[in-house]
Amino acid sequence: MTGRIWLRRLWPLAPIIGSLAITSGLLLLFGVSPFEGFGALIQGAFGTQAKVLSVAAFWVPLTLAATGLVVAFTAGLWNIGVEGQIVMGAVAASWLALRFDAPRPILLAAEILIAMAAGALWAGLTALLKTRGGVHEIFGGLALNNVAIILTNFLISGPWQPPEGGTFRGTVPFPDKALFPLLGESRLSPLSVLLTIVAVAAVYFILRGTYWGLKLDALGRNPRSAFLLGVSSEREVVFAMMFCGALAGLGGAVRVLSWFDSLRQSISGGIGFLALLVVMLALFRVILVPFIAFFFSAVLNGSISLQLRTQLHSSLGGILTSVLVLLVLLFGDYRRLGLFGAREGETLADE
Amino acid sequence: MHIQLEDIRKYFGEVKANDGISLEFMPGNIYGVLGENGAGKTTLMKVLSGFHQPNQGTIKIDDAVIHFGSPADALDSGIGMIYQDPLDEPNMRVVENYVLGRSGMMAFDQKQAKRELNAIAESIGFEVNPREYIDTLSLGERQQLELIRLLSLGADLLILDEPTTGISADQKKLLFNSLQKLAHQDGKIVILVSHKLSEVQELCDHVYVLRRGKKVGEIELPTTKQELVDLMFEELPQRTERASHVKEQAMLELQNLHVADGRIAVGPLELEVRAGEVFGLAGLEGSGQQLLLRAVAGLEDIEEGKIFLDKLDITRFSYHRRKDAGVAYMPAGRLEAGLVAGLDLVEHFVLAEPQEGFVIQRERYQQLTKKRIEEYKIVGQPSSNVEELSGGNQQRAQLALLRKPARLVLLEHPTRGLDVRSAEWIWQRLFERVAGGTAIVFYSADLDEIVERSDRIAAFSGGRMSRIVRADQTTTDELGHMIGGEI
Repeated sequence: MTGRIWLRRLWPLAPIIGSLAITSGLLLLFGVSPFEGFGALIQGAFGTQAKVLSVAAFWVPLTLAATGLVVAFTAGLWNIGVEGQIVMGAVAASWLALRFDAPRPILLAAEILIAMAAGALWAGLTALLKTRGGVHEIFGGLALNNVAIILTNFLISGPWQPPEGGTFRGTVPFPDKALFPLLGESRLSPLSVLLTIVAVAAVYFILRGTYWGLKLDALGRNPRSAFLLGVSSEREVVFAMMFCGALAGLGGAVRVLSWFDSLRQSISGGIGFLALLVVMLALFRVILVPFIAFFFSAVLNGSISLQLRTQLHSSLGGILTSVLVLLVLLFGDYRRLGLFGAREGETLADE
Repeated sequence: MHIQLEDIRKYFGEVKANDGISLEFMPGNIYGVLGENGAGKTTLMKVLSGFHQPNQGTIKIDDAVIHFGSPADALDSGIGMIYQDPLDEPNMRVVENYVLGRSGMMAFDQKQAKRELNAIAESIGFEVNPREYIDTLSLGERQQLELIRLLSLGADLLILDEPTTGISADQKKLLFNSLQKLAHQDGKIVILVSHKLSEVQELCDHVYVLRRGKKVGEIELPTTKQELVDLMFEELPQRTERASHVKEQAMLELQNLHVADGRIAVGPLELEVRAGEVFGLAGLEGSGQQLLLRAVAGLEDIEEGKIFLDKLDITRFSYHRRKDAGVAYMPAGRLEAGLVAGLDLVEHFVLAEPQEGFVIQRERYQQLTKKRIEEYKIVGQPSSNVEELSGGNQQRAQLALLRKPARLVLLEHPTRGLDVRSAEWIWQRLFERVAGGTAIVFYSADLDEIVERSDRIAAFSGGRMSRIVRADQTTTDELGHMIGGEI
């Protein structure tokens, strides 16, 4: 029995080992030693202080978006539109940064708030399309993602085009006072790290101990029963989406105000879609999100050096993380697989 | 096919659902498995049909020991079971459902499948329309379809778990006729799991009686009801006479109410239910009584008319606002609509009670849950997830979740799946509410229950409400006629 218990405890390591094995196989296939490959990856992520800070800076918006997604997923909402919500947050923050002048603390606070509001409204639109229009949030979200990206492209090639002429790359750099204060030469802003920690703690608390968290949980598990028990479905769906959108929008502000210094094309860099993978790998538990987001951030940043060292394309990092997500979803739950004497669907019946 | 169950033991944690049961089934017979809620009937049948694996004991088919890893294994050996709650299937046509679960049918031949389906249906006296969609079928029709499907897959032993709950008298007669034919002419084994004595007497050749996970007796039929009762219960349940609590004050008033869903229209309807009154609605499934109840609860759009709760016009109130105004509604579905699988009992009470503040005071609800568990005799802990509870205990949990105090309680099948004693217990709890001035409107498929528990009764037939009769001046026979349309 004790052997079984140990196997159950150690089981979460199995998908990690499996994905390392598959990626090693790929490396061998291209004639690169896995030791050298993973060594380069680790060097690339943690080799110098600048690299560590870069990993952390990438971690911030990823964690923000993933933390918001935990709320949406708890309510049973597939908020694929998170990518567009990040973009809209970035656009809104850029608008303030370009067009308004105020003392720095006020300007930064306003940028943060307007980015969160923009993300929330974009998500709220998806939610209303679902509750009022019967459009599934996956389709509504995908459509609004495209609209957000098109809007960005329009702005940087039109109204917000730099005066020296359209390079179609981005706006002019924002004034320094509109940007987040950064740590040394890095792209990491301590303020955004603080906001991220607050967000994770808040979501943990909401889902653990509040009426709202329990309502979302009930809604995600069985909307009909939840409604009959007393959960107002439409309101909670809209609020859950808007909450997620607000955090995603904040992530967007971080992208334009600390990672970059202007609004660029593909400003999100796919962070919304990465955040979806992070949440799935975290099995929808917010407490795991920061750690898994950090792992993703390290692998993806590290794989850039991997390319320089081994001439392998940096997408190897993407492959490693994606294979890992697949393996966790496939094999992560020993109960579902019926391993170690566990069975699914056992009930305490007395009939 | 000769089946032997030998010393079957199935434990769920501390609970010994089956504690060494040995039974034998011979071809050409209809067996009854009789017992109170919690006797272990369903568990034993789920062991036999491969859904559960026993902790100990063996199943033998024609003297050969056999192991079932899943219901599909059991079906390969000719054992099929029709469950109490038909599984939630994707909505598809009857013929598609029929070919579902069959191997090697990459592209199925619709015409061939329809012919087969009709042939089997005809041979046992059922009528099905293969083009119909599953969700338009009544519970009884779905059951017929499931029976046909199991037969087409070669089942020689058919287990039916409480098959008559929620189906009409006609459908029951049809079902029993076909079961008799299957056993006595075609030599199949039929096992009827039930806690209803009259059904067992009507249909079965041989009865096994279970109590608390053990076999306590078996008997050849025909026999007297008394003998079965003596075997089933240690002590006889007493049915208490009750005083009427009907007051002058009108609690629920319906004025010129019109309500319709896609299938049936009800109205115009005038009705007044008083405080302290129990009002029973009879009718075949889908005759309009559920629609009326849901309209009063606030779950159906009203086309015309007004609803008053204690003089307050609640016609435009949403479901949740009516709940806060004192309308408590208990739906018929358990895990489909009513309870949330994955949440524990405490969490259900948190959701069902009015919200206080932002942060949940778990300790307070823990106390409340403990109290209600005792009050409603739920076998489970505050931290038990609802899907771990048995069907009967889920029913109790739903009743325990109704807010207290409430001015109007609306119940769909209040004691479905409960045995006589548990049902009596539940009704005593409901009568306590009534004594305090609560009005109850309920419907049930069990006419005896309606006559025994109500003050006044109306029947529904094709969306029309009958005259209202006093329960102490009517009989199930009269109700039967009213249901049949003699309104």
